[in-house]
Amino acid sequence: MRVFRLALRRLAASLPTLLLILMGMFLLLQLAPGDTVDALMAQMGGGDPALAEELRRFYGLDVGVAAQLWRYLVRLVTLDLGFSAIYGKPVATVILERLPPTILLMASSLSFAFFFGLVLGVLAARRVNRWPDTVISTLGLIFYATPSFWFGLMAIVLFSVYLQWLPAGGFGDITQSYTGIAAVLDIARHLVLPTMTLGLIFLAIYLRIMRASMLEVLSLDFVRTARAKGLTETRVVAKHVLRNAMLPMVTLIGLQAGTMLGGSVVVESVFALPGLGRLAYESVVQRDLNTLLGIVFVSALLVIVINFLVDILYARLDPRIAAGS
Amino acid sequence: MRALRAYLRSPAAVIGSLLVLAVVAMALTAPLFYPGDPLGLAGRPLQWPGQNPRFPLGTDPSGRDIAAQIFHGARISLLIGFVATSIAVCIGIAIGALAGFYGGAADTALMRVTEAFQTLPNFLLLLVLVAVFGSTMGTVTVAIGLVSWPPVARLTRAEFLTLRTRDFVQACRVQGLSDAHLILREILPNALPPVIVYASVVMAVAILLESALAFLQLSDPNVPSWGNLIGLGRNVLRAEWYVSAIPGVAILLTILGVSLVGQGLNDALNPRLASGR
Repeated sequence: MRVFRLALRRLAASLPTLLLILMGMFLLLQLAPGDTVDALMAQMGGGDPALAEELRRFYGLDVGVAAQLWRYLVRLVTLDLGFSAIYGKPVATVILERLPPTILLMASSLSFAFFFGLVLGVLAARRVNRWPDTVISTLGLIFYATPSFWFGLMAIVLFSVYLQWLPAGGFGDITQSYTGIAAVLDIARHLVLPTMTLGLIFLAIYLRIMRASMLEVLSLDFVRTARAKGLTETRVVAKHVLRNAMLPMVTLIGLQAGTMLGGSVVVESVFALPGLGRLAYESVVQRDLNTLLGIVFVSALLVIVINFLVDILYARLDPRIAAGS
Repeated sequence: MRALRAYLRSPAAVIGSLLVLAVVAMALTAPLFYPGDPLGLAGRPLQWPGQNPRFPLGTDPSGRDIAAQIFHGARISLLIGFVATSIAVCIGIAIGALAGFYGGAADTALMRVTEAFQTLPNFLLLLVLVAVFGSTMGTVTVAIGLVSWPPVARLTRAEFLTLRTRDFVQACRVQGLSDAHLILREILPNALPPVIVYASVVMAVAILLESALAFLQLSDPNVPSWGNLIGLGRNVLRAEWYVSAIPGVAILLTILGVSLVGQGLNDALNPRLASGR
């Protein structure tokens, strides 16, 4: 319970940050040349000023910037993100439709990167400065330096074009209508390459952090005690070292939630996944600023929620944190 | 001197330096080897590497020489990487130094802003900036600098927090030296080494951000950027995958070089940590 309260306090502390982001974004978008109505008129192939006036009144663009900002913030409290003129639907609806693939992609990439980063980091640390360590550390460096979109394209060439093992894009086979288990498997097959592509750089980071953190914890006194008790090396690592060495990795999840969300913009457009990132890209191209603002809001919320979960997880792993408050 | 020797003894740092030097050499010799416009028509489109001795790396879908674009692209990547990193480091140092030195309300306010930038996915913010200010080379570079400073600010602030209570700073303070003097002449030089090392990470990220933006065709289309070329190659990926593959290798090697140099510097400047990592 105490853990939960601590995390809640951190959550409350992020509210001013959220407000700051929204105000900054809103003011920034005011600087954009042309508004939604201009974009809309251009799409319709022009129109007379009276119509533009009418549309501006409809979208609430006929009052001053401060009034618009205030109206926007008030509407946000009721989770009303406005109306997307391009999609012809409320922004909240558009975003909700696009949210599940992104969350699925992020969760699977995170699990992939966390699991393999952990395993490889432990392997490297247990054979430090010998050949397995050198190989793993070098791989980590190369993964870190690989641009994700390029890795995705090359993976498509290898696995979809030449070997034909996996689909090259999309979120499901649109020629078949699967149900139940088959549908789940179909989506999973479509997510293999995007997951690897998005997770690669995080895998590299996690493995490096895990290795360093393992080496640090392995040199502590309680590990010597455990060894002196006569425990096998595997038991020492699994029971005593791992939990402590994982703490920096858990911290990183929270810190990198935003980076991962940003990375999904690129990965989703490589693999044509209908997610939030691709929506962000489309709304930039189509100058749908209302939707873009909504995406920024939802992304910030997502990052804050992930950090909230990480706080709880962290406190569970390290009882000292909850005890200290 | 000792640091330099320690640096040169690490094989990773030497490889990194060689890679970076190679990219710099490519950037410098680009006008020599490929004096014409790298985006100009050079020959028949989509010739495989080695197929025509005039184009060792082949031609792209528009019949432009890929080797010329790789050479000239090195200039773009280095230029954007360097300028964006300088912008990010300057903003980061300014904010981190003020927050760390003064503490209190200034610290709270500046760290709130930093947090706001960190909560927002930086690539998303970059997209918004490009959507608002357009995508010329200049705006893209400034935008990348604007989204990359928060970690620098945090690092600088942490350094300032530990340094400002040190004896030598207190000694200067009782001598009545101005805050500006304390910040710029006393604390900053001592806080700088880790920040400079971290700049290599910022530069690697800046180059990656630019290439990702160019890949999405949201960067300046009138410059021979590696990311642009990868994006163009995407349309012919199934058969002529080399168009995308070659510039990707160039980006990979550049980032690898920059990170290895950063790691080498870190190990050489912090000998205590060198054994661990």
